Amino acid sequence: MTLKYVPSTTRKLARMLQCEGIEFTYSEGPAFRFPDFSCENGGQMLLLGQSGSGKTTLLHLLAGLLQPTKGSIKIDETAVENLSSSKLDHFRGQNIGIIFQTAHFIDSLSVIDNLIMPQYLSGKVIDRKKAMVILERLSLQHKANVPPRQLSVGEQQRIAIARALVNDPKLILADEPTSALDDKNASEVIKLLREQAEISGATLIIVTHDQRLKDEFEKRVEL
Amino acid sequence: MNLLKISWANIRNKPLNTTLSLLLLAFGVGIISLLLVMQSQLKEQFDRNIKDIDMVLGAKGSPLQLILSAVYQVDAPTGNINMLEARRVMKHPYIADAIPMAYGDNYLKYRIVGTTEKYAQHYGAVVEEGNFYSEPFEATIGRSVADEMGMKVGDTFYSAHGLEDNTDVHTNRIFTVVGIFAESHTVVDQLILTPIQSIWDVHTEEGDTIPDSEREYTAVLLKKKNPLAVMTIPNTIKDTNMSIALPAIEINRLNENFGLGMKALSAIALIIVIISFISVFISLFNSLKDRKYELALMRTMGASRSKVFTLILQEGLILSVLGFFIGFVLSRIGLLILSYFMKENFHYSMNDLGPIPMEWLMFIITIFVGSLASLLPAIRAVQIDISKTLADG
Repeated sequence: MTLKYVPSTTRKLARMLQCEGIEFTYSEGPAFRFPDFSCENGGQMLLLGQSGSGKTTLLHLLAGLLQPTKGSIKIDETAVENLSSSKLDHFRGQNIGIIFQTAHFIDSLSVIDNLIMPQYLSGKVIDRKKAMVILERLSLQHKANVPPRQLSVGEQQRIAIARALVNDPKLILADEPTSALDDKNASEVIKLLREQAEISGATLIIVTHDQRLKDEFEKRVEL
Repeated sequence: MNLLKISWANIRNKPLNTTLSLLLLAFGVGIISLLLVMQSQLKEQFDRNIKDIDMVLGAKGSPLQLILSAVYQVDAPTGNINMLEARRVMKHPYIADAIPMAYGDNYLKYRIVGTTEKYAQHYGAVVEEGNFYSEPFEATIGRSVADEMGMKVGDTFYSAHGLEDNTDVHTNRIFTVVGIFAESHTVVDQLILTPIQSIWDVHTEEGDTIPDSEREYTAVLLKKKNPLAVMTIPNTIKDTNMSIALPAIEINRLNENFGLGMKALSAIALIIVIISFISVFISLFNSLKDRKYELALMRTMGASRSKVFTLILQEGLILSVLGFFIGFVLSRIGLLILSYFMKENFHYSMNDLGPIPMEWLMFIITIFVGSLASLLPAIRAVQIDISKTLADG
């Protein structure tokens, strides 16, 4: 039996995200047309846009929280617009980690319980150890049993990153992750996000109007 | 991690709302439960003591008082009746059985009843220690009397005139305990039984003889042979100081009067319960506003609609079940307190703390209404527009 050689770059070159001709119209409100773009597996990309350019709408479309009026979105070769609503919930839980502009948590649960929440809700095996390892990677292990409300904004955003990572998502979507942070925290959080996405081999898409990030990313799409 | 844990964490995260809902439900359920269990136990005791007694013959007066004193030993006797006149009724062809009684004395608040062996047999009281009395001034005592007073076979005591008072002691005659009954859960448990002759002799000087025509009973328990007895016998005693009372009728009347108060209390309790469910509803509904983002977030993490629905429904159910059980425990504490006072005053007790069938029904209703109260909030939670909620975040 002979083994066929597969170059390691093959997987890297496969496209994680591919958007073509996406349009979205709110029932009572603005209509958006977004440029076509794609991102290779493991890539990191910035979607830049001013307020009102439909940044959050685009992120929600990518996350399958909204359905495009026109066009197609493929994540890891799956056309998300074709999935039924319950399949989509499952797909999202399994493959996508989302970080929002302001970090929100289940207030009644501790940091560590919030971190294992994606594992539980997406039906994966609950692995506290893994959640702890990620917390350690972000130097927040001492906050494990604290309610998230007691953390600073910067810490909360780091916990939100940890939560997005815990399920080993193929795709991490971040909506304005730095806009609420000062320069120091912003650059720390962005550094962390890029590092952690790389460590877990996830594709990172950041949607932002934050011009501070502009020069940090090679791959940018202006909306 | 599971949904129950999240629900529980959410309930604990709102201690004030939770406490209010639980308090209301617990009090409502507690009062209803207490009324139900009290009614059921009193009825059981009443029925047990009334069994097979169709009529009570006694002195003219309040028929209810006659029943309460002769059958339940909780009220004062209506007076005495002439023995020979009473015996005429006892031998009436419509009467199947008759048990004469003479009472009105006590020993440290435990009533002394002069009667025949038939009385004990009627209530199924069997002698556990010693013997049934055979001579005057011998006494066989109920289990509660023996336990509470620490009396043993061979102990002696004096009787006192009246039912409570211990001032007018008949020191002329001394009673000896010759036997103790096993617990029968009837009125016998609280009584000291002795031959009727003892009661007569206590009230006369030694050596005096009283002609039969002057001897007296206090009451006679009657069992009829013919249903017509109820109609005819009162006519035969028209010219005496005697009267006939029917336990079934008197107790029904008592229940009706009692029942009115019970009904009013039940209605108040019911209103409290309804308010408690409204409180559960409002508390869930309000918390939805604060938790909208949280729930949308859970959906983005892969939570299905049914999980979110279950989460909210569960919170209402946990509150309902918890409130019910706290209410149940409260009702039993109330029962024990009431029982203590009843024992002090009437020598009756209500000690069966187990759930009664009506309470199982109440539990099912609680679950049902609890789910109903959390249904709308749960549906609302499912309908949350994830994208809009997160964008407004």
